[in-house]
Amino acid sequence: MKRCAELLLVIFSWLALLVFATSFLSLFVVLLLRVRGLDAVSLFFGDTPPVDALLHGLPVFDGIYPALLGTVSVVMVAVLCAVLPGVFTGIYLAEFAGPWAHRIVNLLVDVLTGLPSIVVGLAGFSFMVLLHNLFPGAPGPCMAWSALALGFLVLPCLVRTTETALQGIPAELRRTAPALGATKVQNIFFVLLPFRAKDLLGGVILATGRAAEDTAVIMLTGVVASAPGMHSLFKQFEALPFYIYYMSSQYRDLAELQYGFGASITLLLLCGVFFAAAFLLQSYVSFRFRGSSWLQK
Amino acid sequence: MTRLIRAAAVVTGICTIAVFFMMLILGWPLFSHGHLFALLVGGWNPGSDQFGILPMMVGSTAIAGGALLVGTPLSLGVAFVTAVFARGRMRRVLLSCVRLMSGVPTVVYGFVALIYLVPFIRSQFHSGSGFSILTASLVLGLLISPTMIVLFVNALDGVDPRARRAAAALGATPVQRLLYLQLSEALPGLLSGVVMGLGRAMGDTFISLMLAGNSINMPDGVLESARTLTAHIALVMAVDFHSLEFQSIYLCGFVLYLFTFMLVLILRVVDHRFRRGRVQ
Repeated sequence: MKRCAELLLVIFSWLALLVFATSFLSLFVVLLLRVRGLDAVSLFFGDTPPVDALLHGLPVFDGIYPALLGTVSVVMVAVLCAVLPGVFTGIYLAEFAGPWAHRIVNLLVDVLTGLPSIVVGLAGFSFMVLLHNLFPGAPGPCMAWSALALGFLVLPCLVRTTETALQGIPAELRRTAPALGATKVQNIFFVLLPFRAKDLLGGVILATGRAAEDTAVIMLTGVVASAPGMHSLFKQFEALPFYIYYMSSQYRDLAELQYGFGASITLLLLCGVFFAAAFLLQSYVSFRFRGSSWLQK
Repeated sequence: MTRLIRAAAVVTGICTIAVFFMMLILGWPLFSHGHLFALLVGGWNPGSDQFGILPMMVGSTAIAGGALLVGTPLSLGVAFVTAVFARGRMRRVLLSCVRLMSGVPTVVYGFVALIYLVPFIRSQFHSGSGFSILTASLVLGLLISPTMIVLFVNALDGVDPRARRAAAALGATPVQRLLYLQLSEALPGLLSGVVMGLGRAMGDTFISLMLAGNSINMPDGVLESARTLTAHIALVMAVDFHSLEFQSIYLCGFVLYLFTFMLVLILRVVDHRFRRGRVQ
Protein backbone atom coordinates (compact mmCIF):
# COMPACT_ATOMS: atom_id res chain seq x y z
CA MET A 1 0.00 0.00 0.00
CA LYS A 2 2.74 2.45 1.01
CA ARG A 3 4.85 1.38 -1.96
CA CYS A 4 1.88 2.07 -4.15
CA ALA A 5 1.47 5.59 -2.76
CA GLU A 6 5.16 6.30 -3.27
CA LEU A 7 5.05 5.09 -6.85
CA LEU A 8 1.93 7.15 -7.52
CA LEU A 9 3.62 10.25 -6.12
CA VAL A 10 6.59 9.79 -8.43
CA ILE A 11 4.38 9.25 -11.48
CA PHE A 12 2.20 12.21 -10.54
CA SER A 13 5.20 14.53 -10.16
CA TRP A 14 6.74 13.67 -13.50
CA LEU A 15 3.33 13.93 -15.18
CA ALA A 16 2.89 17.38 -13.69
CA LEU A 17 6.28 18.40 -15.00
CA LEU A 18 5.31 17.04 -18.42
CA VAL A 19 2.06 19.02 -18.49
CA PHE A 20 3.80 22.16 -17.23
CA ALA A 21 6.62 21.93 -19.78
CA THR A 22 4.24 21.12 -22.64
CA SER A 23 2.02 24.10 -21.87
CA PHE A 24 4.89 26.54 -21.86
CA LEU A 25 6.57 24.98 -24.87
CA SER A 26 3.34 25.21 -26.85
CA LEU A 27 3.01 28.85 -25.80
CA PHE A 28 6.43 29.63 -27.23
CA VAL A 29 6.01 27.46 -30.32
CA VAL A 30 2.68 29.10 -31.13
CA LEU A 31 4.24 32.55 -30.82
CA LEU A 32 7.18 31.61 -33.03
CA LEU A 33 4.98 29.95 -35.65
CA ARG A 34 2.63 32.87 -35.87
CA VAL A 35 5.29 35.52 -36.42
CA ARG A 36 7.00 33.48 -39.14
CA GLY A 37 6.97 35.43 -42.38
CA LEU A 38 6.34 38.71 -40.62
CA ASP A 39 8.64 41.45 -41.87
CA ALA A 40 10.42 42.99 -38.88
CA VAL A 41 10.71 46.46 -40.42
CA SER A 42 7.00 46.69 -41.21
CA LEU A 43 6.15 45.23 -37.80
CA PHE A 44 8.02 48.02 -36.06
CA PHE A 45 7.62 50.96 -38.42
CA GLY A 46 4.65 50.21 -40.67
CA ASP A 47 4.88 52.31 -43.83
CA THR A 48 7.17 54.96 -42.37
CA PRO A 49 10.84 54.67 -43.36
CA PRO A 50 12.71 53.50 -40.21
CA VAL A 51 15.46 56.13 -40.52
CA ASP A 52 12.93 58.95 -40.61
CA ALA A 53 11.08 57.54 -37.64
CA LEU A 54 14.23 57.06 -35.58
CA LEU A 55 16.10 60.24 -36.44
CA HIS A 56 13.48 62.79 -37.49
CA GLY A 57 10.69 61.65 -35.23
CA LEU A 58 8.27 61.05 -38.08
CA PRO A 59 5.02 59.57 -36.72
CA VAL A 60 4.60 55.80 -37.11
CA PHE A 61 1.03 54.66 -37.63
CA ASP A 62 0.98 50.94 -38.33
CA GLY A 63 4.01 49.68 -36.42
CA ILE A 64 4.74 48.85 -32.83
CA TYR A 65 7.75 51.20 -32.56
CA PRO A 66 5.79 53.88 -30.64
CA ALA A 67 4.47 51.20 -28.28
CA LEU A 68 7.96 49.85 -27.66
CA LEU A 69 9.33 53.33 -27.07
CA GLY A 70 6.42 54.12 -24.76
CA THR A 71 6.91 51.00 -22.67
CA VAL A 72 10.66 51.52 -22.32
CA SER A 73 10.33 55.17 -21.34
CA VAL A 74 7.46 54.72 -18.90
CA VAL A 75 9.25 51.85 -17.18
CA MET A 76 12.49 53.80 -16.93
CA VAL A 77 10.77 56.83 -15.41
CA ALA A 78 8.76 54.61 -13.05
CA VAL A 79 11.82 52.80 -11.71
CA LEU A 80 13.75 56.08 -11.43
CA CYS A 81 10.90 57.52 -9.35
CA ALA A 82 10.64 54.45 -7.15
CA VAL A 83 14.31 53.71 -6.48
CA LEU A 84 14.96 56.37 -3.84
CA PRO A 85 11.80 55.94 -1.73
CA GLY A 86 12.01 52.16 -2.10
CA VAL A 87 15.63 51.84 -1.06
CA PHE A 88 15.24 54.37 1.75
CA THR A 89 12.20 52.60 3.15
CA GLY A 90 14.17 49.35 3.01
CA ILE A 91 17.03 51.01 4.90
CA TYR A 92 14.57 52.34 7.45
CA LEU A 93 13.07 48.89 8.01
CA ALA A 94 16.45 47.21 8.33
CA GLU A 95 18.38 49.79 10.35
CA PHE A 96 16.25 52.49 11.93
CA ALA A 97 12.78 51.23 12.79
CA GLY A 98 11.87 50.51 16.38
CA PRO A 99 9.81 47.38 17.06
CA TRP A 100 6.41 49.08 16.69
CA ALA A 101 7.31 51.22 13.71
CA HIS A 102 8.82 48.13 12.09
CA ARG A 103 5.66 46.15 12.64
CA ILE A 104 3.43 48.83 11.13
CA VAL A 105 5.58 49.71 8.10
CA ASN A 106 6.24 46.02 7.46
CA LEU A 107 2.53 45.25 7.45
CA LEU A 108 1.81 48.15 5.09
CA VAL A 109 4.56 47.10 2.69
CA ASP A 110 3.16 43.55 2.70
CA VAL A 111 -0.31 44.88 1.89
CA LEU A 112 1.14 46.99 -0.92
CA THR A 113 2.93 43.91 -2.29
CA GLY A 114 -0.32 42.00 -2.48
CA LEU A 115 -2.47 44.83 -3.79
CA PRO A 116 -3.88 43.96 -7.24
CA SER A 117 -2.34 46.20 -9.88
CA ILE A 118 -5.75 47.40 -11.01
CA VAL A 119 -6.41 48.77 -7.52
CA VAL A 120 -3.12 50.66 -7.70
CA GLY A 121 -4.15 51.92 -11.13
CA LEU A 122 -7.55 52.97 -9.79
CA ALA A 123 -5.86 54.83 -6.94
CA GLY A 124 -3.57 56.59 -9.39
CA PHE A 125 -6.54 57.52 -11.56
CA SER A 126 -8.52 58.86 -8.60
CA PHE A 127 -5.55 60.86 -7.38
CA MET A 128 -5.22 62.34 -10.84
CA VAL A 129 -8.88 63.31 -10.91
CA LEU A 130 -8.78 64.76 -7.40
CA LEU A 131 -5.77 66.88 -8.27
CA HIS A 132 -7.44 67.97 -11.47
CA ASN A 133 -10.49 69.12 -9.53
CA LEU A 134 -8.36 71.05 -7.04
CA PHE A 135 -6.04 72.61 -9.63
CA PRO A 136 -7.77 72.79 -13.01
CA GLY A 137 -4.40 73.25 -14.71
CA ALA A 138 -3.04 69.88 -13.54
CA PRO A 139 -2.20 67.45 -16.33
CA GLY A 140 -4.78 64.85 -17.32
CA PRO A 141 -3.96 61.24 -18.23
CA CYS A 142 -0.32 61.17 -19.34
CA MET A 143 2.91 59.27 -19.09
CA ALA A 144 3.98 61.03 -15.89
CA TRP A 145 0.93 59.71 -14.02
CA SER A 146 1.43 56.21 -15.39
CA ALA A 147 5.07 56.28 -14.34
CA LEU A 148 4.20 57.46 -10.83
CA ALA A 149 1.53 54.78 -10.41
CA LEU A 150 3.84 52.08 -11.83
CA GLY A 151 6.57 53.26 -9.48
CA PHE A 152 4.18 52.90 -6.56
CA LEU A 153 3.31 49.39 -7.79
CA VAL A 154 6.94 48.22 -7.82
CA LEU A 155 7.92 50.06 -4.63
CA PRO A 156 7.52 47.05 -2.28
CA CYS A 157 9.80 44.98 -4.49
CA LEU A 158 12.62 47.50 -3.96
CA VAL A 159 11.88 47.82 -0.25
CA ARG A 160 12.07 44.10 0.34
CA THR A 161 15.31 43.59 -1.60
CA THR A 162 17.05 46.41 0.24
CA GLU A 163 15.81 45.18 3.59
CA THR A 164 16.87 41.56 3.08
CA ALA A 165 20.18 42.66 1.57
CA LEU A 166 21.03 44.76 4.61
CA GLN A 167 19.86 42.13 7.07
CA GLY A 168 22.13 39.48 5.60
CA ILE A 169 25.35 41.39 6.24
CA PRO A 170 27.78 39.69 8.68
CA ALA A 171 28.29 41.44 12.01
CA GLU A 172 32.06 41.90 11.56
CA LEU A 173 31.57 44.03 8.47
CA ARG A 174 28.70 45.88 10.07
CA ARG A 175 30.82 46.96 13.05
CA THR A 176 34.06 47.81 11.26
CA ALA A 177 33.27 51.29 9.98
CA PRO A 178 31.54 52.52 13.18
CA ALA A 179 34.58 51.30 15.12
CA LEU A 180 36.71 53.56 12.93
CA GLY A 181 34.48 56.52 13.72
CA ALA A 182 31.98 56.44 10.85
CA THR A 183 28.44 57.53 11.59
CA LYS A 184 25.50 55.17 11.10
CA VAL A 185 24.51 56.86 7.84
CA GLN A 186 28.09 56.80 6.52
CA ASN A 187 28.32 53.14 7.42
CA ILE A 188 25.13 52.36 5.49
CA PHE A 189 25.94 54.34 2.36
CA PHE A 190 29.68 53.72 2.06
CA VAL A 191 30.06 50.20 3.45
CA LEU A 192 26.86 48.20 3.75
CA LEU A 193 25.00 49.21 0.58
CA PRO A 194 28.05 48.93 -1.75
CA PHE A 195 28.72 45.51 -0.23
CA ARG A 196 25.24 44.45 -1.30
CA ALA A 197 25.16 46.32 -4.63
CA LYS A 198 24.45 43.08 -6.46
CA ASP A 199 21.31 42.32 -4.52
CA LEU A 200 20.06 45.88 -4.84
CA LEU A 201 20.42 45.70 -8.61
CA GLY A 202 18.61 42.38 -8.53
CA GLY A 203 15.71 44.18 -6.90
CA VAL A 204 15.78 46.88 -9.56
CA ILE A 205 15.65 44.20 -12.27
CA LEU A 206 12.63 42.60 -10.70
CA ALA A 207 10.96 45.98 -10.40
CA THR A 208 11.69 46.78 -14.04
CA GLY A 209 10.31 43.46 -15.23
CA ARG A 210 7.17 43.81 -13.19
CA ALA A 211 6.62 47.36 -14.40
CA ALA A 212 7.16 46.42 -18.05
CA GLU A 213 4.56 43.68 -18.09
CA ASP A 214 1.86 45.46 -16.16
CA THR A 215 -1.13 46.59 -18.17
CA ALA A 216 -3.79 47.46 -15.64
CA VAL A 217 -2.02 50.44 -14.08
CA ILE A 218 -1.16 52.18 -17.33
CA MET A 219 -4.57 51.44 -18.80
CA LEU A 220 -6.22 53.55 -16.10
CA THR A 221 -3.69 56.36 -16.08
CA GLY A 222 -2.70 57.37 -19.57
CA VAL A 223 -2.10 54.72 -22.20
CA VAL A 224 -3.94 55.01 -25.51
CA ALA A 225 -4.24 52.77 -28.55
CA SER A 226 -2.65 55.22 -30.93
CA ALA A 227 -0.11 57.97 -30.19
CA PRO A 228 2.04 57.94 -33.30
CA GLY A 229 4.18 61.05 -32.73
CA MET A 230 7.10 61.66 -30.42
CA HIS A 231 6.63 61.06 -26.77
CA SER A 232 6.50 63.52 -23.96
CA LEU A 233 6.05 63.02 -20.23
CA PHE A 234 2.85 65.05 -20.30
CA LYS A 235 1.17 63.35 -23.22
CA GLN A 236 -0.67 60.11 -23.58
CA PHE A 237 1.40 57.27 -24.94
CA GLU A 238 1.33 53.79 -26.43
CA ALA A 239 2.64 50.72 -24.64
CA LEU A 240 3.28 47.16 -25.75
CA PRO A 241 1.08 45.29 -23.26
CA PHE A 242 -1.84 47.57 -23.99
CA TYR A 243 -1.23 47.26 -27.73
CA ILE A 244 -1.46 43.47 -27.39
CA TYR A 245 -4.67 43.74 -25.40
CA TYR A 246 -6.11 46.20 -27.90
CA MET A 247 -5.20 43.99 -30.85
CA SER A 248 -6.76 40.95 -29.18
CA SER A 249 -10.18 42.56 -29.27
CA GLN A 250 -9.95 45.00 -32.16
CA TYR A 251 -8.06 43.21 -34.91
CA ARG A 252 -9.73 43.51 -38.30
CA ASP A 253 -7.77 41.00 -40.37
CA LEU A 254 -5.15 38.31 -40.05
CA ALA A 255 -2.32 40.77 -40.74
CA GLU A 256 -3.28 42.82 -37.69
CA LEU A 257 -3.57 39.66 -35.64
CA GLN A 258 -0.06 38.77 -36.70
CA TYR A 259 1.05 42.19 -35.48
CA GLY A 260 -0.40 41.22 -32.11
CA PHE A 261 1.76 38.08 -32.08
CA GLY A 262 4.75 40.15 -33.14
CA ALA A 263 4.12 42.55 -30.28
CA SER A 264 3.80 39.61 -27.86
CA ILE A 265 7.20 38.24 -28.87
CA THR A 266 8.68 41.73 -28.63
CA LEU A 267 7.34 42.18 -25.12
CA LEU A 268 8.67 38.75 -24.11
CA LEU A 269 12.10 39.62 -25.54
CA LEU A 270 12.03 43.07 -23.97
CA CYS A 271 11.58 41.56 -20.52
CA GLY A 272 14.50 39.26 -21.40
CA VAL A 273 16.66 42.21 -22.48
CA PHE A 274 15.93 44.03 -19.23
CA PHE A 275 17.06 40.96 -17.35
CA ALA A 276 20.22 40.51 -19.42
CA ALA A 277 21.19 44.19 -19.20
CA ALA A 278 20.73 44.16 -15.45
CA PHE A 279 22.79 40.97 -15.13
CA LEU A 280 25.65 42.59 -17.07
CA LEU A 281 25.45 45.67 -14.88
CA GLN A 282 25.44 43.45 -11.82
CA SER A 283 28.69 41.71 -12.66
CA TYR A 284 30.22 45.08 -13.62
CA VAL A 285 29.39 46.65 -10.27
CA SER A 286 30.63 43.73 -8.22
CA PHE A 287 33.82 43.70 -10.30
CA ARG A 288 34.41 47.37 -9.63
CA PHE A 289 33.73 46.92 -5.94
CA ARG A 290 36.16 44.03 -5.69
CA GLY A 291 38.69 46.03 -7.67
CA SER A 292 38.58 49.03 -5.37
CA SER A 293 38.80 46.99 -2.20
CA TRP A 294 41.75 45.13 -3.67
CA LEU A 295 43.48 48.44 -4.41
CA GLN A 296 42.93 49.65 -0.87
CA LYS A 297 44.66 46.65 0.61
CA MET B 1 19.96 61.92 5.67
CA THR B 2 18.37 60.13 8.59
CA ARG B 3 15.38 62.41 8.21
CA LEU B 4 15.14 61.60 4.53
CA ILE B 5 15.14 57.88 5.29
CA ARG B 6 12.41 58.28 7.88
CA ALA B 7 10.43 60.47 5.50
CA ALA B 8 10.61 57.81 2.76
CA ALA B 9 9.22 55.17 5.11
CA VAL B 10 6.45 57.51 6.28
CA VAL B 11 5.52 58.39 2.68
CA THR B 12 5.39 54.73 1.67
CA GLY B 13 3.17 53.90 4.63
CA ILE B 14 0.88 56.88 4.19
CA CYS B 15 0.42 56.21 0.47
CA THR B 16 -0.63 52.64 1.21
CA ILE B 17 -3.16 53.80 3.79
CA ALA B 18 -4.27 56.60 1.46
CA VAL B 19 -5.27 54.06 -1.20
CA PHE B 20 -7.67 52.50 1.29
CA PHE B 21 -9.29 55.79 2.26
CA MET B 22 -9.45 56.87 -1.36
CA MET B 23 -11.56 53.81 -2.16
CA LEU B 24 -13.72 54.44 0.90
CA ILE B 25 -14.28 58.17 0.28
CA LEU B 26 -14.82 58.00 -3.47
CA GLY B 27 -17.19 55.08 -3.10
CA TRP B 28 -19.03 56.87 -0.29
CA PRO B 29 -22.00 58.13 -2.37
CA LEU B 30 -22.77 54.53 -3.18
CA PHE B 31 -22.36 53.40 0.43
CA SER B 32 -24.76 56.07 1.61
CA HIS B 33 -27.12 55.51 -1.30
CA GLY B 34 -28.06 51.96 -0.38
CA HIS B 35 -27.38 49.64 2.46
CA LEU B 36 -23.93 48.15 2.47
CA PHE B 37 -25.49 44.73 2.86
CA ALA B 38 -27.56 45.18 -0.29
CA LEU B 39 -24.46 46.28 -2.16
CA LEU B 40 -22.52 43.25 -1.12
CA VAL B 41 -25.16 40.57 -1.62
CA GLY B 42 -27.51 42.18 -4.15
CA GLY B 43 -27.52 41.65 -7.88
CA TRP B 44 -26.42 44.09 -10.59
CA ASN B 45 -29.23 45.95 -12.29
CA PRO B 46 -28.37 49.60 -12.98
CA GLY B 47 -31.82 50.17 -14.54
CA SER B 48 -33.47 49.83 -11.15
CA ASP B 49 -30.62 51.38 -9.17
CA GLN B 50 -29.18 48.10 -8.00
CA PHE B 51 -25.42 48.09 -7.88
CA GLY B 52 -24.71 44.90 -5.96
CA ILE B 53 -21.34 43.38 -6.72
CA LEU B 54 -22.20 39.84 -5.65
CA PRO B 55 -21.95 38.41 -9.21
CA MET B 56 -18.46 39.86 -9.48
CA MET B 57 -17.41 38.47 -6.12
CA VAL B 58 -18.71 35.05 -7.13
CA GLY B 59 -16.92 35.35 -10.47
CA SER B 60 -13.63 36.31 -8.82
CA THR B 61 -13.89 33.50 -6.29
CA ALA B 62 -14.82 30.91 -8.91
CA ILE B 63 -12.02 31.84 -11.29
CA ALA B 64 -9.38 32.17 -8.57
CA GLY B 65 -10.55 28.92 -6.97
CA GLY B 66 -10.42 27.16 -10.32
CA ALA B 67 -6.94 28.53 -10.94
CA LEU B 68 -5.82 27.11 -7.59
CA LEU B 69 -7.38 23.72 -8.43
CA VAL B 70 -5.39 23.69 -11.66
CA GLY B 71 -2.24 25.37 -10.41
CA THR B 72 -1.66 23.74 -7.02
CA PRO B 73 -1.31 20.08 -8.13
CA LEU B 74 0.71 21.16 -11.15
CA SER B 75 3.07 23.29 -9.07
CA LEU B 76 3.35 20.64 -6.34
CA GLY B 77 4.36 18.03 -8.90
CA VAL B 78 6.94 20.25 -10.58
CA ALA B 79 8.26 21.37 -7.18
CA PHE B 80 8.63 17.72 -6.07
CA VAL B 81 10.63 16.92 -9.18
CA THR B 82 12.76 20.04 -8.83
CA ALA B 83 13.42 19.80 -5.11
CA VAL B 84 13.70 16.03 -4.67
CA PHE B 85 13.84 13.85 -7.76
CA ALA B 86 16.07 15.91 -10.04
CA ARG B 87 19.77 16.20 -9.28
CA GLY B 88 22.68 18.44 -10.18
CA ARG B 89 22.39 20.16 -13.49
CA MET B 90 18.77 19.20 -14.21
CA ARG B 91 17.72 20.77 -10.93
CA ARG B 92 19.50 24.02 -11.75
CA VAL B 93 18.12 24.11 -15.28
CA LEU B 94 14.58 23.43 -14.04
CA LEU B 95 14.79 26.13 -11.39
CA SER B 96 16.09 28.78 -13.75
CA CYS B 97 13.48 27.84 -16.37
CA VAL B 98 10.72 28.18 -13.79
CA ARG B 99 12.12 31.55 -12.68
CA LEU B 100 12.16 32.66 -16.30
CA MET B 101 8.57 31.50 -16.82
CA SER B 102 7.39 33.71 -13.99
CA GLY B 103 8.45 36.67 -16.11
CA VAL B 104 6.15 35.88 -19.02
CA PRO B 105 3.80 38.90 -19.29
CA THR B 106 0.14 38.34 -18.45
CA VAL B 107 -1.20 39.76 -21.69
CA VAL B 108 0.87 37.29 -23.69
CA TYR B 109 -0.88 34.39 -21.96
CA GLY B 110 -4.20 36.09 -22.53
CA PHE B 111 -3.51 36.78 -26.18
CA VAL B 112 -2.40 33.26 -27.08
CA ALA B 113 -5.21 31.66 -25.07
CA LEU B 114 -7.74 33.95 -26.72
CA ILE B 115 -6.70 32.80 -30.19
CA TYR B 116 -6.23 29.09 -29.41
CA LEU B 117 -7.84 27.98 -26.16
CA VAL B 118 -11.16 29.81 -26.46
CA PRO B 119 -12.13 28.21 -29.82
CA PHE B 120 -10.91 24.86 -28.51
CA ILE B 121 -13.14 25.03 -25.42
CA ARG B 122 -16.04 26.18 -27.59
CA SER B 123 -15.70 23.23 -29.95
CA GLN B 124 -15.09 20.72 -27.16
CA PHE B 125 -18.11 21.50 -25.03
CA HIS B 126 -20.61 22.61 -27.68
CA SER B 127 -22.12 25.13 -25.30
CA GLY B 128 -21.44 28.78 -24.77
CA SER B 129 -18.94 30.93 -26.56
CA GLY B 130 -15.77 29.46 -25.10
CA PHE B 131 -15.36 32.56 -22.94
CA SER B 132 -15.89 30.88 -19.61
CA ILE B 133 -14.76 30.42 -16.04
CA LEU B 134 -13.06 27.19 -17.15
CA THR B 135 -10.95 28.90 -19.81
CA ALA B 136 -9.86 31.67 -17.48
CA SER B 137 -9.11 29.23 -14.65
CA LEU B 138 -6.96 27.01 -16.84
CA VAL B 139 -4.80 29.88 -18.04
CA LEU B 140 -4.68 31.59 -14.65
CA GLY B 141 -3.64 28.29 -13.07
CA LEU B 142 -0.73 28.09 -15.48
CA LEU B 143 0.11 31.73 -14.86
CA ILE B 144 0.39 31.40 -11.09
CA SER B 145 2.32 28.10 -11.20
CA PRO B 146 5.87 29.46 -11.63
CA THR B 147 5.50 31.70 -8.57
CA MET B 148 4.04 28.85 -6.55
CA ILE B 149 6.72 26.41 -7.71
CA VAL B 150 9.51 28.71 -6.55
CA LEU B 151 7.84 29.13 -3.15
CA PHE B 152 7.20 25.37 -2.85
CA VAL B 153 10.81 24.53 -3.73
CA ASN B 154 12.03 27.05 -1.15
CA ALA B 155 9.77 25.48 1.46
CA LEU B 156 10.89 21.92 0.65
CA ASP B 157 14.56 22.93 0.62
CA GLY B 158 14.10 24.79 3.90
CA VAL B 159 13.58 21.53 5.79
CA ASP B 160 16.44 21.00 8.24
CA PRO B 161 19.25 19.27 6.30
CA ARG B 162 20.23 17.31 9.42
CA ALA B 163 16.81 15.69 9.50
CA ARG B 164 17.05 14.96 5.80
CA ARG B 165 20.46 13.37 6.17
CA ALA B 166 19.23 11.36 9.14
CA ALA B 167 16.33 10.03 7.09
CA ALA B 168 18.67 9.16 4.23
CA ALA B 169 21.02 7.39 6.66
CA LEU B 170 18.10 5.29 7.89
CA GLY B 171 17.66 4.06 4.35
CA ALA B 172 14.82 6.28 3.17
CA THR B 173 14.64 6.72 -0.60
CA PRO B 174 14.13 10.27 -1.94
CA VAL B 175 10.40 9.57 -2.33
CA GLN B 176 10.07 8.31 1.22
CA ARG B 177 12.00 11.28 2.52
CA LEU B 178 9.67 13.59 0.65
CA LEU B 179 6.50 11.80 1.67
CA TYR B 180 7.21 11.20 5.36
CA LEU B 181 9.57 14.02 6.29
CA GLN B 182 9.69 17.02 3.98
CA LEU B 183 5.98 17.17 3.20
CA SER B 184 4.88 17.46 6.81
CA GLU B 185 7.81 19.65 7.84
CA ALA B 186 7.31 22.06 4.95
CA LEU B 187 3.51 22.19 5.26
CA PRO B 188 3.32 25.80 6.52
CA GLY B 189 5.62 26.92 3.72
CA LEU B 190 3.55 25.05 1.14
CA LEU B 191 0.41 26.58 2.61
CA SER B 192 1.75 30.11 2.35
CA GLY B 193 2.72 29.35 -1.27
CA VAL B 194 -0.91 28.46 -1.98
CA VAL B 195 -2.14 31.62 -0.23
CA MET B 196 0.24 33.74 -2.34
CA GLY B 197 -1.02 31.97 -5.46
CA LEU B 198 -4.58 32.78 -4.42
CA GLY B 199 -3.62 36.41 -3.99
CA ARG B 200 -2.10 36.57 -7.45
CA ALA B 201 -5.09 34.80 -9.00
CA MET B 202 -7.58 37.13 -7.28
CA GLY B 203 -5.64 40.22 -8.26
CA ASP B 204 -5.16 39.37 -11.90
CA THR B 205 -7.12 41.54 -14.30
CA PHE B 206 -6.33 40.71 -17.87
CA ILE B 207 -6.76 36.94 -17.97
CA SER B 208 -10.34 37.17 -16.79
CA LEU B 209 -10.98 40.34 -18.77
CA MET B 210 -9.84 38.66 -21.99
CA LEU B 211 -11.02 35.09 -21.42
CA ALA B 212 -13.98 34.97 -19.03
CA GLY B 213 -16.50 36.83 -21.17
CA ASN B 214 -17.38 39.51 -18.58
CA SER B 215 -21.10 38.70 -18.39
CA ILE B 216 -22.72 40.50 -15.49
CA ASN B 217 -25.11 37.65 -14.67
CA MET B 218 -24.61 35.22 -11.86
CA PRO B 219 -22.71 32.25 -13.35
CA ASP B 220 -24.39 28.82 -13.08
CA GLY B 221 -21.52 26.57 -14.08
CA VAL B 222 -17.90 26.49 -15.10
CA LEU B 223 -18.78 26.83 -18.77
CA GLU B 224 -20.66 30.06 -18.10
CA SER B 225 -19.21 33.47 -18.66
CA ALA B 226 -18.41 35.55 -15.57
CA ARG B 227 -16.99 38.90 -14.56
CA THR B 228 -14.39 39.38 -11.84
CA LEU B 229 -14.01 42.34 -9.48
CA THR B 230 -10.82 43.37 -11.25
CA ALA B 231 -12.33 43.11 -14.72
CA HIS B 232 -15.33 45.13 -13.52
CA ILE B 233 -13.03 47.99 -12.58
CA ALA B 234 -11.38 47.87 -16.00
CA LEU B 235 -14.70 47.72 -17.84
CA VAL B 236 -16.65 50.41 -16.01
CA MET B 237 -13.84 52.95 -16.39
CA ALA B 238 -15.46 54.06 -19.63
CA VAL B 239 -18.73 55.14 -17.98
CA ASP B 240 -19.68 58.64 -16.77
CA PHE B 241 -17.58 59.60 -13.77
CA HIS B 242 -20.39 60.86 -11.55
CA SER B 243 -22.81 57.98 -12.01
CA LEU B 244 -23.46 55.50 -9.24
CA GLU B 245 -22.50 52.78 -11.65
CA PHE B 246 -19.03 54.27 -11.83
CA GLN B 247 -18.76 54.48 -8.08
CA SER B 248 -19.32 50.74 -7.82
CA ILE B 249 -15.74 50.25 -8.98
CA TYR B 250 -14.55 51.85 -5.77
CA LEU B 251 -16.57 49.28 -3.88
CA CYS B 252 -14.75 46.59 -5.90
CA GLY B 253 -11.42 48.22 -5.10
CA PHE B 254 -12.41 48.38 -1.43
CA VAL B 255 -13.31 44.68 -1.35
CA LEU B 256 -10.06 43.75 -3.13
CA TYR B 257 -8.07 45.85 -0.64
CA LEU B 258 -9.75 44.15 2.32
CA PHE B 259 -9.16 40.76 0.72
CA THR B 260 -5.45 41.52 0.30
CA PHE B 261 -5.26 42.67 3.91
CA MET B 262 -6.89 39.44 5.03
CA LEU B 263 -4.45 37.31 3.02
CA VAL B 264 -1.50 39.20 4.53
CA LEU B 265 -2.86 38.49 8.02
CA ILE B 266 -3.31 34.79 7.16
CA LEU B 267 0.27 34.64 5.88
CA ARG B 268 1.43 36.24 9.13
CA VAL B 269 -0.32 33.57 11.19
CA VAL B 270 1.05 30.73 9.05
CA ASP B 271 4.56 32.21 9.19
CA HIS B 272 4.33 32.66 12.94
CA ARG B 273 3.30 29.04 13.44
CA PHE B 274 6.12 28.00 11.14
CA ARG B 275 8.76 29.86 13.15
CA ARG B 276 7.45 28.60 16.47
CA GLY B 277 7.36 25.05 15.17
CA ARG B 278 10.97 25.29 14.07
CA VAL B 279 12.28 26.53 17.41
CA GLN B 280 10.87 23.58 19.32
